Amino acid sequence: MNNIKLNKELILSLYETMLKIRLFEKTQERVFKTEQEGFTHVYTGEEAIATGVCANLNKDDYITSTHRGHGHMVAKGGNMKKMMAELYGRLTGYCKGKSGSLHIADFSIGVLGANGIVGAGIPIATGAGYSIKLRGTSQVVACFFGDGAVTQGTFHEGVNMAAAWDLPVIYVIENNLYMVGTKTERVCKVCKNYAVKAQGYGMPGEDIDGNDVIEVYTATKKAVERARNRKGPTLLNCMTYRHSTHFVGDLDVRDKQEIEYWKAKDPIKRIEEKMLKEKIITKDKIKSYRNEIQGMVDEAVEFARKSPVPKTGVALEDVFVE
Amino acid sequence: MKTLTYREAVREAMREEMRKDEYIFLMGQDVGPYGGEHRVSGDLHSEFGEWRVKDAPISEQGIIGCALGASITGCRAIAEIPFMDFIMLPMDQICNQIAKYLYTFGGQASVPLVIRTAMGGYIRAAEQHSQCLEAWFIHIPGLKVVIPSTPYDVKGLLKTAIRDNNPVIFVEHKYLYGMKGEIPEEEYTIPLGVADIKKEGNDVSVIATSYMVHKALNVANKLEKEKISVEVVDPRTLVPLDKETILKSVEKTSRAIIVHEAPLRGGIGGEIAAIIADEGFEYLDAPIKRIGAKDAPIPFPSVLEDFILPSEVDIERTIKELL
Repeated sequence: MNNIKLNKELILSLYETMLKIRLFEKTQERVFKTEQEGFTHVYTGEEAIATGVCANLNKDDYITSTHRGHGHMVAKGGNMKKMMAELYGRLTGYCKGKSGSLHIADFSIGVLGANGIVGAGIPIATGAGYSIKLRGTSQVVACFFGDGAVTQGTFHEGVNMAAAWDLPVIYVIENNLYMVGTKTERVCKVCKNYAVKAQGYGMPGEDIDGNDVIEVYTATKKAVERARNRKGPTLLNCMTYRHSTHFVGDLDVRDKQEIEYWKAKDPIKRIEEKMLKEKIITKDKIKSYRNEIQGMVDEAVEFARKSPVPKTGVALEDVFVE
Repeated sequence: MKTLTYREAVREAMREEMRKDEYIFLMGQDVGPYGGEHRVSGDLHSEFGEWRVKDAPISEQGIIGCALGASITGCRAIAEIPFMDFIMLPMDQICNQIAKYLYTFGGQASVPLVIRTAMGGYIRAAEQHSQCLEAWFIHIPGLKVVIPSTPYDVKGLLKTAIRDNNPVIFVEHKYLYGMKGEIPEEEYTIPLGVADIKKEGNDVSVIATSYMVHKALNVANKLEKEKISVEVVDPRTLVPLDKETILKSVEKTSRAIIVHEAPLRGGIGGEIAAIIADEGFEYLDAPIKRIGAKDAPIPFPSVLEDFILPSEVDIERTIKELL
């Protein structure tokens, strides 16, 4: 994988985004247990994918997201206060508190919704690509989904349509080896090198180290250029691992050695080591980045805690629009 | 006034709206140069081209998901599912995604799309190509359901449905496509949620949908000669339902029969009967009757299909039982 030489500012910006996701999610894991209802699925460990992909996108480019969508939102430029308020089920949240962790969305920055049905976002992303082509703009779509979603019929249908019609969509597999608590390899022969599937649809595909943010950035840059130049979709299979269980509070049935192996390949640790080695950053600067961002996250939590709970009438709003 | 068939009326509605808004597009199997599996899209492809009249692969989840994705990013999609039986395939995209998108994301994005589909039997197409599934969609909050019975109604309602910023399940009927009817020369629309009295009467209210409207009208015309006065009420939209017109009719006649082609159990007849029993109880002089298909899949040969599906004999017999 030939990584392009990235300038210092870009690497720092990628690092900052990954840190924002990590600290948001670590804080979320902590506050969720005693202060939130329902379920939450955190993105810890997978930060390089959302970051590397979204760094190539403009504000008016679209993404479709999943139940594990906080990382995508942060990387696309989501407002942490409105995010946290949504997780707390408050009126000031992105969705008026009606949906919580599972369905984060911000249409004003192109986040077309986090989907709770595995694979359902794939044809929706295809449709956003169709809309771009019909309207004749140079926007692109990034579609996030997991290795488990590849076995859904929607993957086959959505990807085939995009390839058949050369739609500007980048399909990003966040391949963390597991569905909920079962390894995908138990139900799928080809699942470590999904890129080969792209050939079957007549489009390019790449298998990528999803914990190397520069590799993700570089591969996405190529795919986005392809899409903007009306050359069609790309499939990016990004290998990664989630530090958390499927949902926070679930039983972890994974092999302890496997977890340690992947934690050693932590994307944030790796980029910090690279930046220190290349003297792009100092240990003190890392500390100050972390403190500053944790401060932002803490502010978001305070905002959420102080925000009003929606009144029951809100439950009847937004069934139809005028 | 001019005379058009039901299918021509559908085509004209789409043509008129597509001429006004360049981001409206039709997508479905065979809608392009082939002209549509029921010959509805006709020459739309030659007028509007590849990207506005799009041939889709046999990927119903893909088609409906694509319609959704396009409709939340600046377009207005019309997705065609040529046989309502096939609508079972994209149920997640319709009921978990489209119906819930506006609500789930707190009003951030509306979904201005129409899913056009053709229900119905009497065409000897057998078990998997003849079903009427409108009752499933009235049960999902967030979807409007329209079920027009005439060329006049289908054109006016489809234009409104296309302009509506909410998702509409637009249920046409295969047997009705060739039916002729009078429609105005000038442009017109019909609002959703407004029922139509297709024939006025005093002795009994027959609330009927789609093809059953015509069977009810045939019976009403026949019974007129026997001095029985039948009022035929066509709801035209099921969600939102025009309860007021239905209840006003029952208040006048004191008797209600609901007839739909779908199987009796779980059909819209039950829903409408419950509304009448609840909100129009004091109007009634007799129990509310429902007519629907018998409890079996729809068989192919006419002798068996015509037995399973409702007939004019069923409607006449039920009316006379009530009087």
